[in-house]
Amino acid sequence: MAFLTLQGISKRYGDFTAIEHIDLDVERGELLALLGPSGCGKTTTLQMVAGFVSPTTGRILLDGRDITNERPEKRGIGVVFQSYALFPHMTVAGNVGFGLEMRKVRRKEREERVAEALSLVRLKGLGHRYPKELSGGQRQRVAIARAIAMEPELLLLDEPMSNLDAKLREEMHIELRAIQKRLGITTILVTHDQVEAMTMSDRIAVMHRGVIAQLSTPYDAYERPATPFASTFLGRTNAFSGEVLRRNPRCAEVDVAGTTLHVPHEGRHVDGAVHVYIRPEKVHLANGDARLRGRIATRVFVGNQWLLEVDTELGKLRVAQPNHGAPPPEEGHEVGLAWTDDDLRVLTQDRPEGAHGHA
Amino acid sequence: MATLDDDRPGAAPWLLSGPALLLFVGLLLVPLLLTLMLSFRVFSDTAGVTAAYTLKNYWEVVSDPYYGTIFLRTAGLAFAVTLLSIVLGVPETIVLARMKRPWQSLCLLVVLGPLLISVVVRTLGWQILLGNNGVLNNVLQSLHVTSEPIRLVFTMTGMIIALTHVLVPFMVMSVWATMQKLDPQVEWAGRSLGGSPFAVFRRVVLPQIMPGVLSGSIIVFALSASAFATPALIGGRRLKVVATAAYDEFLGTLNWPLGASIAVLLLIANVAIVMGCSRVAERRFRHIFD
Amino acid sequence: MKQNGILGLVYNAFFLSFILAPLVVVMLVAFTDKGFISMPFDGASLRWFRAIIENGDIVSAFWLSVRLAFAAATIGVLLAVPAALAIARYRFPGRAALTSFFLSPMMIPAVVLGIAFLRFLSLLHLSGSFWSLVCAHVVIVLPYALRLALSSAVGLDRDAQRAALSCGASRFTAFRRVVLPMIRTGVAGGWVLSFIQSFDELTMTIFVATPGTTTLPVAMYNQIAQTIDPLVASVSAVLIVGTVLLMVLLDRMVGLDRILIGEAQ
Repeated sequence: MAFLTLQGISKRYGDFTAIEHIDLDVERGELLALLGPSGCGKTTTLQMVAGFVSPTTGRILLDGRDITNERPEKRGIGVVFQSYALFPHMTVAGNVGFGLEMRKVRRKEREERVAEALSLVRLKGLGHRYPKELSGGQRQRVAIARAIAMEPELLLLDEPMSNLDAKLREEMHIELRAIQKRLGITTILVTHDQVEAMTMSDRIAVMHRGVIAQLSTPYDAYERPATPFASTFLGRTNAFSGEVLRRNPRCAEVDVAGTTLHVPHEGRHVDGAVHVYIRPEKVHLANGDARLRGRIATRVFVGNQWLLEVDTELGKLRVAQPNHGAPPPEEGHEVGLAWTDDDLRVLTQDRPEGAHGHA
Repeated sequence: MATLDDDRPGAAPWLLSGPALLLFVGLLLVPLLLTLMLSFRVFSDTAGVTAAYTLKNYWEVVSDPYYGTIFLRTAGLAFAVTLLSIVLGVPETIVLARMKRPWQSLCLLVVLGPLLISVVVRTLGWQILLGNNGVLNNVLQSLHVTSEPIRLVFTMTGMIIALTHVLVPFMVMSVWATMQKLDPQVEWAGRSLGGSPFAVFRRVVLPQIMPGVLSGSIIVFALSASAFATPALIGGRRLKVVATAAYDEFLGTLNWPLGASIAVLLLIANVAIVMGCSRVAERRFRHIFD
Repeated sequence: MKQNGILGLVYNAFFLSFILAPLVVVMLVAFTDKGFISMPFDGASLRWFRAIIENGDIVSAFWLSVRLAFAAATIGVLLAVPAALAIARYRFPGRAALTSFFLSPMMIPAVVLGIAFLRFLSLLHLSGSFWSLVCAHVVIVLPYALRLALSSAVGLDRDAQRAALSCGASRFTAFRRVVLPMIRTGVAGGWVLSFIQSFDELTMTIFVATPGTTTLPVAMYNQIAQTIDPLVASVSAVLIVGTVLLMVLLDRMVGLDRILIGEAQ
């Protein structure tokens, strides 16, 4: 049985629907990311699990226990807020030990556990400082230490890295994931940063307009997006409109601007107007076996790869070429492009499929 | 000549603030110094202010039990008003902070608006309310809470109530300003860590608004210690405070040197209290806020 | 944030009643038809409002207060705005001391100011002059005008003025066409606030006023100190209504919370 279950959860504020419908199972010990743009409802979902907001409909079960109407202070769920929300009038040790104080843990044990939590986040020795005296990165670690010090059953992270600079953020992705794995705490991470979601999580729930558009591992979410939204939100992609000509056992023949593409449909029913997707890194420059010819419109160097925009019969195609060996031809040159058909994806143009949370 | 460059402003700032500076030096600094000098003059009933200098005035103020009582009463008044302002004002500010607009703006306006109405009007209202035939007494008697009118005018209690009414908006303003700086997520953090609403209030919210309560208290204390109109009208002739005593000497007995010495002492006490307490508060709370 | 429970709302009602009680009482008494302080519940009339107009002392005190407040506010703003610009824009030695000096009248007890002015003016044989009273009031209101002008000036976008200069405007034109409009509301708000503070001023003015220069608050104070009759109540009622209107005006111009809360800092 799943450790945390959200059943039929929705949240409405008058006319406004923040959460349309969510069913979600989180396994014990896993780190699940709620990924989506602002307004998709991910933070509201987190707030409902924490108990700060009550759902309009639905139930929340934690380890078999129905906590839907339980007060936040009784749930034993650790929360790391986006602004860290440290207590400015208490020292770091005071902050981290607050949860233990509320549980009436005795001072000696409390001090030990606070020291443990602080060394886990590599802030040993800073217990006597005040939040004001710390850097942004240090404050974030205090927030994390504070949430885990009381050994919660569940850990909720609300965009915890958004206030850090890029370099620090990358380091913290790895560090935070290591801490989570070491403690084995079931964790839900809310973020709009797809790299963060992919780097840290066991599974990603892509959210869009109050529903879960796709729930799968990072690899599957990236390689096999189930909805047009998921395709374009995670990573860069090329998207083309087309019309299904014929459906074969393994693939569908799709007419895109006069060219016929053979796209694997993976057993899904696709018909009529569809979108065809291919990732830029899956298209490469070819000479002899080119499937398509085009002219390079823009060429940009970003360090580890070259990004090209090529004008073709299908439209503008984005190509990503890793930076080893010679640079690609300059702008204005004609090139040939090739790909593997298996790397093409097709989705029908209207409602997202698989919209109810089970991959 | 003046430039837009911050680092080499030249004469520009002084030229710009010159007129105001001149006015202030001439009309604030000089009169205060003259008052200081006046306080050292000798006063005689026949000749008025003479040209001789003495410390007698200060000695009289400090040693005469008449003035001792007045200072004590003023201090007592100030303490009582400050305490009452805290007790009444702080809960109200917290309630205000939790309101939704538009109610919040409306209530804030009602609470702070009276500051823009002359103190005479407000005190007149209290005189009417507190009088023997006043509204308060009439209401209490008609509800059979009391059988005789309670004397409130010309009493310390009446003064405290009226002065609190005049000054509690300052407490609200000060605490409100502090509350605006609070991060609302901090309260949620406290709850998620297992604190009941009451525990979170006591351990998380209250300590954070203490600086505001403190600076509000300093303001209210200083203003009530130097209050004139309300003690004069509600306290009457027999309950003198420092400000009314100074008035008596100046415009009553015409003993200007004595009046001046009372004024100087009041000023020194005011400045000392405000600056002293501010410094202490700042040091204590420095590690918390920027 | 937590919502208010029933306890909070009840307390709020109590507190608001406490704040409004004296004002409501005064306004009620103003409508009484009796010759002594009483509620108008068994007989209301406008006689005490008419009595205001017939009372020469009150009327002349009113106009004196108006002229005084107008002059004090205008001069105060004219002095405060340049000073605010200087303080906001330049870093110069003595800046903090200068600012404190200009704001000091708020920290000095009004009694002390009254005594100081009285001594000063009598030494110069200037008591009883309208303009000496104006000068005294300017000192009192300047801190208010300065604070509002300062908060406007501090929020000014420096680059806007630099942009104007780079477009070829002279420094004066840049000031007139770019800077002034941007601080206009702060300055206007400062004027209105100064007007109100001068008009309401009592304690300091008691010392400095003479029979020929009696302001309205002083006249009312003198009246109340002897006996209270409904005339002061009706004058007060008029003042309350007038202040409320000015508050609405202030709110439209600058936003009342900014002014009132700004006073706490």
